[in-house]
Amino acid sequence: MAERAPRAERSPRAERGRAGRSSRSPAGSGSMDGLLATKEIAIACGPGGVGKTTTAAAAAVMAAVRHGSKVLVLTIDPAKRLANALGLDGLGNTEHRVPDEAFRAAGIKPRGQLWAAMLDTKESWDALIRRHAPDRQTREEILANPLYQNISGRFVQSHDYIAMERLYEIHSDSDYDLIVVDTPPTRNALDFLDAPQRMGDFFSSRLLRWLIVPYRSRLVNVATKPFYTIADRILGTEFLGDISEFFILFQSMYDGFVERSESVGRLLSDRRTTFMVVSTLEAVPLREAEFFAEQLNARSLHLGAIVLNKVLPTYLRGSEGTEVAEALKDRSDELAATLSPTLAAVDPTLGDADQIARVLNEVADSYLNFQVVALREMEEQAMLSVVPDVLATVPFFDTDLYDLAGLYRLGEQIWD
Amino acid sequence: MSDLLDLKLVFVTGKGGTGKTTVASALALFASSRGKRVLICEVDAKGDVAGFYEASPTSFHEKEILPGLFAMTMDTEASLREYLKLQLRIPVVGRIGPLAKAFDFVATAAPGVREILTVGKLCYEVRERNYDLVVVDAPASGHIVGQLAAPQAINNLVKVGLIRSQTDWMLEILSDPRTTGLVAVCTPEEMPVNETIELAGRIRAETTVQLSAVVVNRVLPELFGRQEEQVFDALSAEGPTERLDELVQADAGPVLDAARLAVTMRRTRSTHLVRLRQGIDESVPMLYLPYLFTRSHGLRTTRQVAASLGEELGY
Repeated sequence: MAERAPRAERSPRAERGRAGRSSRSPAGSGSMDGLLATKEIAIACGPGGVGKTTTAAAAAVMAAVRHGSKVLVLTIDPAKRLANALGLDGLGNTEHRVPDEAFRAAGIKPRGQLWAAMLDTKESWDALIRRHAPDRQTREEILANPLYQNISGRFVQSHDYIAMERLYEIHSDSDYDLIVVDTPPTRNALDFLDAPQRMGDFFSSRLLRWLIVPYRSRLVNVATKPFYTIADRILGTEFLGDISEFFILFQSMYDGFVERSESVGRLLSDRRTTFMVVSTLEAVPLREAEFFAEQLNARSLHLGAIVLNKVLPTYLRGSEGTEVAEALKDRSDELAATLSPTLAAVDPTLGDADQIARVLNEVADSYLNFQVVALREMEEQAMLSVVPDVLATVPFFDTDLYDLAGLYRLGEQIWD
Repeated sequence: MSDLLDLKLVFVTGKGGTGKTTVASALALFASSRGKRVLICEVDAKGDVAGFYEASPTSFHEKEILPGLFAMTMDTEASLREYLKLQLRIPVVGRIGPLAKAFDFVATAAPGVREILTVGKLCYEVRERNYDLVVVDAPASGHIVGQLAAPQAINNLVKVGLIRSQTDWMLEILSDPRTTGLVAVCTPEEMPVNETIELAGRIRAETTVQLSAVVVNRVLPELFGRQEEQVFDALSAEGPTERLDELVQADAGPVLDAARLAVTMRRTRSTHLVRLRQGIDESVPMLYLPYLFTRSHGLRTTRQVAASLGEELGY
């Protein structure tokens, strides 16, 4: 791995010059190198199970190694070995630096620094409450409230917001040149984009004000009475009371929350932020990724890159291979008979012509099988309707890449 | 191993990208081909299920898309409306506007309300015996626990009221292992295996639903027998490969490389399979579905998967 040292040094100024050109270059021909040299935040998003976390980590490793910058990768739910590789084992929310020795052990010499952190939803929510609570008592009461514990700990929708909130916090409080963010698996890939807006709407909602009206005055108010009648019948008065109590506690923090969620929303659409949509070339995830890319455009968010993972090798697409495979099948007996002495010379037990013929048939069938999939992938790629500045494909790696050397190997594929 | 088809309600979950919807669609198709009256319900509302049957888009109102096979898409607001109408006879159903708004609000504020309406609708179909089997294309494994635990969570949070009174019978349906089961779909890769093992633990700890089966999807075929692999290794060495190139008068390299890739993939994956089997309780059956080398998705593929599933179930 020692030969995988960074390329010739370039000054940061030169990096930015390159990037400036790449953003004006024809669609799809820009580089990740250029993209990440000009952005402060890169958000990896897309359907589940396509390698978002690994891609985010690989991009961060590359930026730290090749650019002389301080890079943070904020992951959501990394595989154990990835967490290990980033030194995140057993660590929660705290950011911490991947030691240079770890890079050296992988045969890489970083010019910059790589930092890593994992999102702990519960802890992040608690930190948010601590920041906004007006006094100690309110704070403790909220943290102990069963509804709060439910919302913050169990219900996944709250992950969407807190991930973006945490990003905002880190971005405004620290001095990273680049933060690469992995996004939580959402039911709908758009959930986390809408989360800040939804959170803001929620806390400025008129209905919320209805809910926190003291119970007795509710039923005399003509406007709100129907709402309470239904809500009471469905949820029961006691539960409604619990909800009210919770929101009365929250009341003191509304302004802070609304303002904060607006800032978070602004950060996502800021020109320093870019999105990397990650997918594979399988039809269903790709369609979802495409929809997501279209939505980014519709919201004027910056679609910086599409990264296509686990793409089968291009040699499977060629027609020459098809001809060879067909020849192996059609002429398997003849070829086996001819090859028999050659193989018997290697090892006398391998000279059985029937066995060789079977192997040739299996090899050929396997090629033709995988070719069907490879051609399907090629077709899918050609049909891709959204073309971003950077379109990167990552070949299928036959092993899982969860160490720094592996991430670097993967990163090299998407970099230039 | 035919127990799965004897259930009344089957939730199919799995990590994104493992083929959860494929398996749910195939299971429903197979059950209906065995003469059962089947409902498949898509909870995520992405509209994928219709594609797997090449049918027109589905909605909250179930429709028969193939003989004996009905499909619907979950819509929690429509579910609430139906619930109010059927169960509570609440007279305000006509005024949907404000109701929808209030619902949206309550659902956001009160955790579990959305989930309970989904689970409630499904349990209702089971209770009314409208179908022999309800197959749910459920949320991905990160979300399924919250959904299945919702009736219990509501039971703990809400002490009185109509929702509370509804959760008891739902829990009864969900907790009966002869009625309800969960199927986890997995592929033999690192992360899906980790997530499946973790899911099995959480399902046991946090819900009353039983894990009925793990479906391992996209299992690659074993290319060579033991000695055949030695032949292949010898064939891949420089001398024999050159000889082969001469014989076919072309570069045989890519074809041999592809076989090498298939062998390595299969090997990497089998270590994950071993880990999966060790991490899941022995009593939970595993069903293996082959990797499909097909051109596209659609009804033909769904039928293929259904046939494999049927074989694995012992039919």
